[in-house]
Amino acid sequence: MVMRPLFDDRRFWIGLALAGAVLLLLLPALNLALPESASLHLPNYMVPLLGKYLCYALLAVSLDLVWGYCGVLSLGHGAFFALGGYAMGMYMMRQIGTRGVYGNPILPDFMVFLAWKDLPWYWFGFDHFWFAAAMVLLVPGLLAFLFGLLAFRSRVTGVYLSIITQALTYALMLAFFRNDMGFGGNNGLTDFKDLLGYDLRLPGTKLGLYIASVIALGLGLLVARFVVRSRLGRVMVAVRDAEPRLRFLGYSVTNVKLFAFVLSAMLAGIAGALYVPQVGIINPSEFSPSNSIEIAIWVAVGGRGTLVGAILGAILVNLGKTWLTGAFPEIWLFFLGALFILVTLLMPAGVMGLSKQIGFRLSSRTSRRKEAQHA
Amino acid sequence: MRERAVSWAGPLSARSLTESPLAERSAAERTLADRPLAEGSMLYLDGVSVSFDGFKALRGLSLVLAPGELRTVIGPNGAGKTTMMDVITGKTHPDSGDVLFDGRVDLTQLDEVAIANLGIGRKFQKPTVFERLTVFENLELALRASRRIFAVLFAHLTGEQQDRIAEVLRLVSLADKASQPAGSLSHGQKQWLEIGMLLMQDQRLLLLDEPVAGLTDAETKATSELILDLARDGKHSIVVVEHDMEFVKSLGAKVTVLHEGAVLAEGSIDAVQNDPRVIEVYLGR
Repeated sequence: MVMRPLFDDRRFWIGLALAGAVLLLLLPALNLALPESASLHLPNYMVPLLGKYLCYALLAVSLDLVWGYCGVLSLGHGAFFALGGYAMGMYMMRQIGTRGVYGNPILPDFMVFLAWKDLPWYWFGFDHFWFAAAMVLLVPGLLAFLFGLLAFRSRVTGVYLSIITQALTYALMLAFFRNDMGFGGNNGLTDFKDLLGYDLRLPGTKLGLYIASVIALGLGLLVARFVVRSRLGRVMVAVRDAEPRLRFLGYSVTNVKLFAFVLSAMLAGIAGALYVPQVGIINPSEFSPSNSIEIAIWVAVGGRGTLVGAILGAILVNLGKTWLTGAFPEIWLFFLGALFILVTLLMPAGVMGLSKQIGFRLSSRTSRRKEAQHA
Repeated sequence: MRERAVSWAGPLSARSLTESPLAERSAAERTLADRPLAEGSMLYLDGVSVSFDGFKALRGLSLVLAPGELRTVIGPNGAGKTTMMDVITGKTHPDSGDVLFDGRVDLTQLDEVAIANLGIGRKFQKPTVFERLTVFENLELALRASRRIFAVLFAHLTGEQQDRIAEVLRLVSLADKASQPAGSLSHGQKQWLEIGMLLMQDQRLLLLDEPVAGLTDAETKATSELILDLARDGKHSIVVVEHDMEFVKSLGAKVTVLHEGAVLAEGSIDAVQNDPRVIEVYLGR
């Protein structure tokens, strides 16, 4: 027996197949098969934009796993996303080789500019894709493990935990801003040329990255869904709702939270690694605390504890952001703030709860009417 | 890791390593000869004291429970009944005194998780169930099985386990509520669900904090039958804390009266009811 999900099994798989068909077949076909003059043609510049939304969606799924199900509101998830992005960025920096401005075969341009003679030890290995790919998972995972171990063992919960996750990402932002950290300072890593030998400027590579993002999101969703539908998923809900009680049943609350937090950080790292080649840059602003708060807003808008809602929330808010920052650049932040307040007050279950909310209103109205008839 | 499920590793506890050799020998270092009553006991409390910000909740509480024994604990509000349960289950660590399980395991060194995994289960005074999970799922989580993360992640209910859940659902009269969220249950049903969870855990020592508070007379009667059934098979030791004297009488077990954090009287229900000290505490001077 499982928790009654908003989407039952069949509806979930049908929805997944439909979304997969649209994202993997229809949209690439609109880009490749239709002439540029056709009104339904998907322009090339849209492809990485969509890919970016999908990376955000995966990031939102990762936060929903740990917040929506396990009750751990991380307001520092942008840090794991950025670390995954930096790992991928370091690989692409090393791929530039002699094509950089200074033509140094080993050192990235910013190190030559800083008059560094040798590559720092922590840049070793990043010339191999497999190494960078492993770091995309390991660095966020390890940070989440160490941070979580300290925080969860000391039973730091609720608002206090959220505050220290903010402090974590803020501290990392300040560290990465420093030039002598060796990650390019406030300029970050950019001027990427290619990935696995594919030229990043070519539309084909961009489409490939977009498709990789679709697949990563799909797999991330399935992994998260497997976890939340397992017995461990129900233990996570129990942690969220009555953490002290669960200890008396013999479950280690620390270990449950650690598992969810580390898995979530790894998913966020993958999202960051796919995001960076599509936007072409990673810099310390990705660590900014407000970015992490925005992720929580996506999840809240979509509906906590639903996974699918996190995806919808991330895409809806970012569509709105793209449009509003273009049409009314000065009101975007007011809009975001207002959105969060309104969702919290009026739609506590987010977009995913909306149909239920409306259904409930209608049914309570009809039942009231029935009561009136009886009276 | 502090919360790891530990199995008792021998007579050396963490405390004995941290204390200076000049200090009094720690609980675990003392031999059984120092504590003849501990031998063969299920639960052994000796001189347990706990204070919160100067308020002494327990002052030298001592209590010995034999394996398979059913014991009722009564006492006025603030006598330390719930604090005693907190100490046994690791929620509160005592300032001084010995707390031994099974005659040898020093509970003062362990946390809630380790103690639950040793075989001590607890029903709380205020029924606490996982409200967003169904009744069935509440029992599933309580089910005796490996608590390791990856074992829980890949866990599946065997036919035998499903039968056991169905059996407990019947025992606590919640079979028709199995797929309802536990939050939708009435107070009495939540009490029973918590007792059901205790049964699922299959613990050796059961601590029941006010199991019939807020129950109807019929429910109270059924609960006392359930507890007597559990006590009869000899596999469980049970401590029941209760205010309801009719209920305590119906259990017909040895009664321990707590007052101001210590044992005031102990014996049969008739003996303690006629004890002048008990009468004074309950009726006032």
